[in-house]
Amino acid sequence: MRWFWVDRFVEFESGSHAKAIKNVSLSEEHLHDHQPDFPVMPASLILEGLAQTGGLLLGEQRNFSRLVVLAKVPRMTFHGWACPGDTLTYSVKLVDSRDEGGMVEASAHVGDRLVAEGEIVFAHVDLGTAGAGNVDQMNCVFKLLRGVLEVGKAGDGSSTG
Amino acid sequence: MPSRDEIFEKVKETLVDALGLDDDEVTPSARLKADLGAESIDFLDIVFRLEKNFSIKIPRNELFPESLFTADAGFAENGRVTEKGLAELRTRLPHADKETIDKLAQNPQVENVEDLFTVSMVVNFLVAKLGS
Repeated sequence: MRWFWVDRFVEFESGSHAKAIKNVSLSEEHLHDHQPDFPVMPASLILEGLAQTGGLLLGEQRNFSRLVVLAKVPRMTFHGWACPGDTLTYSVKLVDSRDEGGMVEASAHVGDRLVAEGEIVFAHVDLGTAGAGNVDQMNCVFKLLRGVLEVGKAGDGSSTG
Repeated sequence: MPSRDEIFEKVKETLVDALGLDDDEVTPSARLKADLGAESIDFLDIVFRLEKNFSIKIPRNELFPESLFTADAGFAENGRVTEKGLAELRTRLPHADKETIDKLAQNPQVENVEDLFTVSMVVNFLVAKLGS
């Protein structure tokens, strides 16, 4: 299992907003471990998917030259859940981006139904100030996710549909 | 230009949102870390929200300087802020309440420096910034 919590980007406007999808499948272990006999996507992993969508939007703006780490979730409200067969759509809007970090407004929908909404704050970490082991791990996540990013609509506006 | 009271009310809203507080916890003398539970990353969140709520730009290190003391600048010795350090604080934090710096001077432990970051300090900063 890999720590990918989005399947594909479907919209990506550099420095502005992005949209990614996550298909929920009954074969995923975490659905069974989370709530016995009630397989739903754990809220914490929806949050992780939103954070990966937002983190990549922020990281891409600086061409992934800085380490982007999830720093704070000031607000996140869950209105419902996502079941096997549902497609979660994660939408993020970059509301602030600066040298120290950035902030996104994020929401998750299944179709038109709002599942979660909130804000996520990220910090930029310099390679020199973080532990080397952690940096490798984080870089790995972001490098691999860049591949996911390129599947969808890229900075040039093209889309694979 | 907004009055000091109007600025305080907006700062209060900002801190309630950023730190998940109740309205009555945010008093002018409340210290952001010791009284309101702010952690380092919260300062970035607070700056984001202040910029949005007041439609201003706050350059890095202007409101909340990150590293007031470097190791060899002579601002601190044996865990205590030196006279030189206190002078530096008065220069770098013109928006800090004078009384809080005087209080620090009486017991200049380095860990007490963060007590300078009060709600009132944020309001002072914005009053100066907005020119009211």
